[in-house]
Amino acid sequence: MKTKFVSLVVAGICAAAPAMADLVIPNMSYRTGAYAPGGIPYADGFNDYFTLLNARDGGIGGEKVSVPECETAYNTEKGVECYEATKGLGSLVYNPLSTGITYQLIPKALVDHIPIYTPGYGRTSAANGKVFEWVFNYPANYWDGASVAIKYLLDQNGGSLAGKKIALVYHNSAYGKEPIRTLQDLAAKHGFTLTELPVDAPGQEQKSQWLQIRRDKPDYVLMWGWGVMNAVAVQEAANIKFPMENFIGVWWSGSENDVVPAGDGANGYKSLAMHGTGMDYPLYADLKTFVYDAGKASGNGDQIGSVLYSRGVYAAMVIAEAARKAQELAGTSAINAVQMREGFENLEITEARMAELGLPNFGQPFAASCADHGGPGAAMLQQWDATAKKWNLITGFIAPDQEVLDPLIAADSEAFAKEAGITQRCN
Amino acid sequence: MLYREAGDFKTTYSEDSQTFPIFFDRMGYYVTLLLAFGLVPLFINDYWANAVFVPFLIYAIAAIGLNILVGFAGQVSLGTGGFMAVGAYSVYKLMTSFPDVPVLIHVLIAGAITAFVGVLFGLPSLRIKGFYLAVATLAAQFFLVWLFNKVPWFYNYSASGQITVPQSKMLGFYVTGAQTSASAKYLFCLVVLVFVAVVARNLTRGTMGRKWMAIRDMDIAAEIIGVNPLNAKLTAFAVSSFFIGIAGALFFAVYLGAAEVTEAFSIQKSFLILFMVIIGGLGSIFGSFAGAAFLVLLPVFLKNVLVGQLGWPTDLAAHLELMIVGALIVGFLIAEPHGMAQLWRLAKEKLRLWPFPH
Repeated sequence: MKTKFVSLVVAGICAAAPAMADLVIPNMSYRTGAYAPGGIPYADGFNDYFTLLNARDGGIGGEKVSVPECETAYNTEKGVECYEATKGLGSLVYNPLSTGITYQLIPKALVDHIPIYTPGYGRTSAANGKVFEWVFNYPANYWDGASVAIKYLLDQNGGSLAGKKIALVYHNSAYGKEPIRTLQDLAAKHGFTLTELPVDAPGQEQKSQWLQIRRDKPDYVLMWGWGVMNAVAVQEAANIKFPMENFIGVWWSGSENDVVPAGDGANGYKSLAMHGTGMDYPLYADLKTFVYDAGKASGNGDQIGSVLYSRGVYAAMVIAEAARKAQELAGTSAINAVQMREGFENLEITEARMAELGLPNFGQPFAASCADHGGPGAAMLQQWDATAKKWNLITGFIAPDQEVLDPLIAADSEAFAKEAGITQRCN
Repeated sequence: MLYREAGDFKTTYSEDSQTFPIFFDRMGYYVTLLLAFGLVPLFINDYWANAVFVPFLIYAIAAIGLNILVGFAGQVSLGTGGFMAVGAYSVYKLMTSFPDVPVLIHVLIAGAITAFVGVLFGLPSLRIKGFYLAVATLAAQFFLVWLFNKVPWFYNYSASGQITVPQSKMLGFYVTGAQTSASAKYLFCLVVLVFVAVVARNLTRGTMGRKWMAIRDMDIAAEIIGVNPLNAKLTAFAVSSFFIGIAGALFFAVYLGAAEVTEAFSIQKSFLILFMVIIGGLGSIFGSFAGAAFLVLLPVFLKNVLVGQLGWPTDLAAHLELMIVGALIVGFLIAEPHGMAQLWRLAKEKLRLWPFPH
């Protein structure tokens, strides 16, 4: 019985291994649990982009890409299991789509020499490449997001937020707590008062927080939510008739799934956006021919073109470009994780390149370097139109306030360097 | 035929009262220890350590701890997750404050701190019983998680509230931090587990364990024959929390490496460990092992078979996994309400007579 069990497990692990010649890019997804509404479209977009590359171009630089999927359910223990299960396959990069799992993988990646790419999430101070050699989080991070939101509000108020009240409704976890320090510093700089309102995971229960908002009447509400928490918050805001145009979510709180349940009440809700959305890009013509019509779409194929699907496509696009860069630098198409890191560090995404890929004006151009793993950090604002059921971009890219962010990033990454005994690079 | 008492003569009291009185059992125990210490560390890799062995060993420690409270002393507790968090945050604060002290000592001190906290939350058990006590311990769960999330001192004022374990060495090998080898992790947890299991086994066979069981079976009768309920209940809470604290400390320091209290030590953890104890068998050390093995290994096994071998979509497999594990739990408990330990006991009864039952 026992030997049978062991041999079955061993066989199970072996069977999961694809041909070793492929470029292995695991997709640590979550299609189950409280965060599945966010995890499913992202995973679908991520898979579909690589499916397209395989079907249309024969992979990257002639190498097929294999994307083994592993279900984490947004749970750190399962995340560890997924990491260990896929690491032996020769994984080139990890993109766990969970700040908690990212924190766990950062020290492991350092030892195992596998890069981690966390666009728009994860540990913010990883933007400092001098300390975090193996972690990349361009084009933008949480602190950028907080700063962009405040900059937008400054713009709305003629350059001054003195005396204004801003409330932050956040997911009571590592993810939600990330922007607090930045917002506190910005509050001191611009003279607004910040109220912090934590919402415990998963976030279905927010009555007391919104009661407090109704009582305090803050001028603006910012939100750092994820999963079911977003939809509940938008609904609660609509219930207390909070003016939706004064309610701004981070980019993880700005998908269709978050606003549709509240119906017309959600009209006017704003969120940050670090890339474009929708199917008006030339890439979708190729996706349709090679992926959707060929019946190779990931999942049910019902998420195509949504905000988080686009984000999955964006992450996959950056990873694919980094792999191309790595192949170019290494002079071979069969790259390993160490060469992949070089690709990430020397990656430059220009507007021309994005247009060439069929995604013109999709994201911001950026160039990484040894010290800069964080990119420019700019973001746009989008607003929900409930009648058309569509997100409309209402600003261009707004750059964050580096004057506030740089010292914070330096302080946090130095604390990590001291903890982990890392000597700074790139000097 | 092989498994029998006949011919196995005991000539001293200590021989007669040993843990494994049957020769075959005893040999099985030694062989298991030999394999666990001698063979497994040679072949273990990162996947087997981090996905299978280390979680199993740590959950077994926690299950033994909870079994002492629920199975032996009859005090229902839903605060296990919270007590594990106490162990984890204690070991974090100790390791960051005194980096030069060996981590094993920190783990034991973390257990002691948890024991103290456990006694504190065990005080209501003197007045309330059964489901009401379960609710009181539930309060401990929520309070402790809230506390570690709320007070920045516990997570050394880090921006995200995450705690990350510092690297530390014992006997020249890394035992915490990312550089730890698979076998070092495994051996460290194994040593602690063997220690915990031996202590628990001997405590439950002695005066203290008999007092606990007397309280469990009928507290009024126990009081009449001279068992002090204050003493018995609080020692049960202390010992149980000590083990659970150790499990929490290892869970954070050796297994996860970084943790967030709301995610790693939530109410789900309390239920998971309670289920391990119930499925394994209340009031049995072996049952704690069996329950932990069942609930740790089965999901990993199912995932590898469904996704790895059959190539099913991950979401379908994840949902099916929940259904299969749930169905198996219900099936098991219908077939044997006293858990896997009882199945094992019955199997042994049958084996003694095999192959000539009459």
